[in-house]
Amino acid sequence: MNPRIVSALVLRYLYLYGRTPMRLVELIFWPIVELLIWGYLGMYLQEHAGSKVPTIVGHLLGGIILWDVIFRAQQGVAISFLEDVWTRNLLNVFVAPVRNMEYLTATFIIGFFRILVTVTMLSVISFSSFQFNVFEMNWAIVPFFGNLLVTGWALGMISTALILRWGQAAESLAWAVPFFIQPFTAVVYPVKQITPVWVQWLSLALPSTHVFEGMREVLSEHTFNWSHFYWACGLNVVFLGVAGWIFSSTLNATRKRGLLTKFATQ
Amino acid sequence: MSAADREVILEANDLTREFDGVTVLDRFNFKLHKGEVLGLLGANGAGKTTAMNMLLGLTTPTSGAIRAFGMDFVKHRLEVLKRANFSSAYTSLPSNLLVWQNLTVFAKIYGVPNVKQKITELLELFEIADLRKRVTGQLSAGESTRLNLCKALLNDPELLLLDEPTASLDPDIADKVRKTIRKVQKERGISILYTSHLMKDIEEVCDRVIFLHKGKIVAEGTPEEIVKKSDAASLEEVFIKIARSGEVEAAPASN
Ligand SMILES: Nc1ncnc2c1ncn2[C@@H]1O[C@H](COP(=O)(O)OP(=O)(O)OP(=O)(O)O)[C@@H](O)[C@H]1O
Ligand SMILES: [Mg+2]
Repeated sequence: MNPRIVSALVLRYLYLYGRTPMRLVELIFWPIVELLIWGYLGMYLQEHAGSKVPTIVGHLLGGIILWDVIFRAQQGVAISFLEDVWTRNLLNVFVAPVRNMEYLTATFIIGFFRILVTVTMLSVISFSSFQFNVFEMNWAIVPFFGNLLVTGWALGMISTALILRWGQAAESLAWAVPFFIQPFTAVVYPVKQITPVWVQWLSLALPSTHVFEGMREVLSEHTFNWSHFYWACGLNVVFLGVAGWIFSSTLNATRKRGLLTKFATQ
Repeated sequence: MSAADREVILEANDLTREFDGVTVLDRFNFKLHKGEVLGLLGANGAGKTTAMNMLLGLTTPTSGAIRAFGMDFVKHRLEVLKRANFSSAYTSLPSNLLVWQNLTVFAKIYGVPNVKQKITELLELFEIADLRKRVTGQLSAGESTRLNLCKALLNDPELLLLDEPTASLDPDIADKVRKTIRKVQKERGISILYTSHLMKDIEEVCDRVIFLHKGKIVAEGTPEEIVKKSDAASLEEVFIKIARSGEVEAAPASN
């Protein structure tokens, strides 16, 4: 992998965001809306359920903020790819000496930047409006963040593969893919709430579920559950590997079908 | 030194491509020598772009082999692409960036040493230096065609694939662009594979041409040779003859 090429590709996105700051609005607007809704709901529940659920606001807000890590990382990959499709630039990139891995890494980095913007802002708002401080998670926020970042990248590669396979008609998938797993990955409720019970196995097969479970444990019991951490890491390795394989084999299949140029020039 | 003695930069051996059972390019063979401009001619749908896409690694051949700079293309794609470039009137650079930003990104991708200087030099070469700070998406078709050519020359390629690089240029600019391409090509000894529907382009720029008809080579040689052989008055006449009958020799006047 050549860092010069990766940084050139990142530069392209930085120029893009610099030229069209409107693009940053989506990084801010929807996450704030979501945060407010869950924050108010949490306050309401906490008031009515009293001391039984003292940490509910934290659980909801922590879940929502961490969920945005996955979502933004996934979008970083998928939207960056779509930018190249929309601007008919894909051909120029594919005829340049750019490895798949270099291209993907650039989109990963963009995903990381996007997350920093969103998460920083959400953390500030949740602290000022709901007195929930993400740093209650202490240093555990780092492994949580890291693991979700990787899950998001993997989902981003899968979304990109779907777009490669089904063309621009599948664009909406770029937004939808993370939501396929959202109900099962126990973002704002524990895994044990998920029914039927066998679906819980499915939930626990997602790396992100272990992060959200771990987060709740840190927030209510102040203990870092290493077993969840190891599961998250292990599953992420598998996820990333499988997603990478799906991406590169879809890319090859698109070349074989002669469609790479079709939707790069249409 | 005749063309045949020179180093072969790019060659295809029985390059074939089918789409849904239809053979679009049928056992295509050619050799592009160092410093040579080879024109690929043929009616719409003859298979020119398909051939070019395979030579760029964008489309996988159904069968056949490609060698570039003496290397197997499939195995050494990145090394080949470093020394090559491509431009077409039908692709564009990211529309939302400024002209200089786009060129800077690609210059960095290709590892161009003096990025700023190189960009200035190329923009001046194609007489679009005044567009440097313009938004790429707002350029006229002809301006963006020339910008694509600047991008294609960024890495001082030894091999250039140009798919209708002069489409959408007005006669004056087309003439200038042709002359510029020819000049740069001669100075640097670039090998070019060139497609165009403008016979003027072909006559002026190409040393040798290949006529494709329905995926098959039907004529090959210098433009003069082909015109002579087919007993036509011009290359344009040959083109029309081939497009309608698939043959180079004068068709018997049947009606
Ligand atoms: N991905 C694809 N799937 C199916 N058919 C295809 C595909 N790509 C190209 N073709 C077909 O292959 C044939 C050759 O197309 P190609 O684009 O190579 O022609 P061309 O010589 O470049 O024509 P033009 O002068 O119009 O650019 C056409 O009949 C086209 O419809
Ligand atoms: Mg074509």
